[in-house]
Amino acid sequence: MSLADGTRPRHLPDRLSGRGARVLKSWELLLFGIAVLIFLANTQASQYFLDPWNLSDATFNFTEKAMIGFAMALLIISGEIDLSVAGIIALASTAMGWALQFGVGTPGLVAIGLAVGLLCGAFNGALVTRLGLPSIVVTIGTMSLFRGISYIVLGDQAFNGYPESFAWLGRGYVFWVISFELTLFAVFALIYGVVLHKTNFGRHIYTIGNNPTAARFSGIRVERVKMILFLLTGLMSGIAAICLTARLGSTRPSIAYAWELEVVTMVVLGGVSILGGSGSILGVVIAALVMGMVTFGLGLLNVPGIVMSIFIGALLIGVIAIPRLVAKLRRS
Amino acid sequence: MNYSSDIAQGVTVPAEPVLRLSGITKTFPGVRALGDVELELYPGQVTALVGENGAGKSTLVKILTGIYQPDSGTIEVDGQETRFPTATAASDAGVTAIHQETVLFDELTVAENIFLGHAPRGRFGLIDWAAMNTKAKEILTRIGAQIGPSTVLRDLGIASKHLVAIARALSVDARVVVMDEPTASLSAAEIEELYELVERLKAEGKAILFISHKFDEIFRIADRYTVFRDGEMVEAGMIADVTETQLVEKMVGRAVDTIFPERDRRPGADVLTVAGYSHPTEFADIGFTLRRGEILGFYGLVGAGRSEFMQALFGVTRPSRGACRIDGKVAVIRSPVEAIEKGIVYVPEDRGAQGAVTAMPIFQNITLPSLRTTSHKGFVRMAEEFALARKYTERLDLRAASLDQNVGELSGGNQQKVVIAKWLATRPRVIILDEPTKGIDVGSKAAVHEFMAELAAEGLSVIMVSSEIPEILGMSDRVIVMREGRIAAEYDREGLTPETLVRAAAGYDGEAAA
Repeated sequence: MSLADGTRPRHLPDRLSGRGARVLKSWELLLFGIAVLIFLANTQASQYFLDPWNLSDATFNFTEKAMIGFAMALLIISGEIDLSVAGIIALASTAMGWALQFGVGTPGLVAIGLAVGLLCGAFNGALVTRLGLPSIVVTIGTMSLFRGISYIVLGDQAFNGYPESFAWLGRGYVFWVISFELTLFAVFALIYGVVLHKTNFGRHIYTIGNNPTAARFSGIRVERVKMILFLLTGLMSGIAAICLTARLGSTRPSIAYAWELEVVTMVVLGGVSILGGSGSILGVVIAALVMGMVTFGLGLLNVPGIVMSIFIGALLIGVIAIPRLVAKLRRS
Repeated sequence: MNYSSDIAQGVTVPAEPVLRLSGITKTFPGVRALGDVELELYPGQVTALVGENGAGKSTLVKILTGIYQPDSGTIEVDGQETRFPTATAASDAGVTAIHQETVLFDELTVAENIFLGHAPRGRFGLIDWAAMNTKAKEILTRIGAQIGPSTVLRDLGIASKHLVAIARALSVDARVVVMDEPTASLSAAEIEELYELVERLKAEGKAILFISHKFDEIFRIADRYTVFRDGEMVEAGMIADVTETQLVEKMVGRAVDTIFPERDRRPGADVLTVAGYSHPTEFADIGFTLRRGEILGFYGLVGAGRSEFMQALFGVTRPSRGACRIDGKVAVIRSPVEAIEKGIVYVPEDRGAQGAVTAMPIFQNITLPSLRTTSHKGFVRMAEEFALARKYTERLDLRAASLDQNVGELSGGNQQKVVIAKWLATRPRVIILDEPTKGIDVGSKAAVHEFMAELAAEGLSVIMVSSEIPEILGMSDRVIVMREGRIAAEYDREGLTPETLVRAAAGYDGEAAA
């Protein structure tokens, strides 16, 4: 092939730096280092930490939140957000508990949990994509709306008496110390990782987050992609509601209170830009491990909950600020 | 130092440059933006900095104004070596810049805009409003601007805002004034005023660095020139010693045909027929036929509804009425997806906002509308993507470090090449180019023109929206002129003159019958 003026075209390499160089500079590696440090600190903090059953227990601190976190990561990368996820859990759990009063069995309860999640997601998605409302405002509204409904239904009561087969979804073990929830977490991590990083749909998500207008001008159905992401986030909240309700064995309207902030924190800590356009599922997985281990380690030390949130908050700001500080120091 | 004697005697070469850059090198990841660059600016003289997009002009301006730090090299002011670690340091050393798109504040007054950040202070460190307004008035008078200092900026037109930007640049005691494409958004009359202002600044002994793509203005006001090419300084000298053609050759590194490419102009069968396309507010009753291998030019004044119509044809907006046929079959286009499926693609005028995803790599930009062909069952295949991207970037002679480089790091001309490559990769039937060479340099411009001719020769039908008369006359087989949302006239290229086009676009006489 030759150009119009007869010269040979210049050859452009695919990439300049290899895979290794990019991994070394990645956010995920930094985060992984922090995870290792916290793990080591935990082993020093308590002699019981390394016990397999103990470690297995620790995973319950993050599995449910992380499942929502995967869908939330996709949503945030696309430039939207869903702050109603904890509200969805409360509503889905309430719906399941209410159905329980009529003798609905485990398959029915699961179906109800999933359906409520999807419906809530569809409601958020329709308000954002059909009416063009900003998702942060819509989901702050539905956050109160969804939980409000479960307060009206339950008042200061609780639904109890979930069947044993249902409880297994939150407390059961698939193999040795590997819980059903941990298995779900791993499977979803894989699925979301593949969807985001290996499919056309994932590429569309990144494009929309970076430049929605150019995405539209390139033939991407922007509204449809966003609608699917809201549905997925609702669905994952429904799944988290099933696991959490099964694990706790009861439904109160305050269930999963303020989880939306922990989920968003996990996603941002995982390196997903809150402005949209970048991030990875691997980052969210590592961030989930970090947050889970911090919570559990501090729990072993009998540190009160409020100190844990201070620690997580400081970690978030620290991890985000340090690379900037380093870059700034290098420049001057 | 006293330069006035020099000027009075008409001596054009003062002995010492006020600012001298030597050995300046600046690299970004994967790209060397500037390599061992020299630049000297003399008091009372205008030095034109010329080069294609991506030659390193903007990087140099950023180094001069303290925004970037060079990797190596020295900056001397009056023979004293110095550094500009911050924008303030550059400003304190007397270097000030007037940018293409100046940052001003609509809600503040003219005086506040001029003195933002260095307002005169009175007692207790409070702003001395009276002094500020007086000083602002002084500066405005000096540059011949009839603007009241207490006018709110929002109430001014674009040209007056530009004068405020210039006044702001002069409010610091500047010795070196950098003007980065200052005439880009000005009318002919306003450009004349700007030239007068430049003369006045010269008379005051300021050293001016003037960056422009327009050769007529360079030859009109510059005393010296410096040519950059691919991040290196090619040559510097006196304007009086070169011709326009020589300067272009130095810029591009080869001879450039100022004539448009010759090609076989025998359009084939009808490809696209549009009838009665109307929109509630933007355009009405647009109808035409586009043939295979034809370049159809759309000329008109800004706001004539050309882009709005093209976006409706591409499915971004929906027409209220009208029909469109492709190969004689009725085609319903309700979204860009449907337009792309039917082989109609659109290269928008607003590259940054609508064309390129600047934070994503070149290859992902190019494969965006073609993912269906590069992927397998919805899974991306990078190897296929790189192959497709390489095919089209090489054909367009893209200048980049790698296909994985972010589009935002490329120059304007190369970004445009990426957007064009993206659409060609979909193998379209009709390509709509909206101001395809706006804001890109001479070399890239010629490349885009040559490429358009090639595409047409291969049987692609091209619609070219352009406000540049030479481009319209040079490239089009037929020209449609739009005025106020309607087709004002349609012409064959044979015997078409600029005067006819301008008259039809402005609606001067009864000649404008379609």
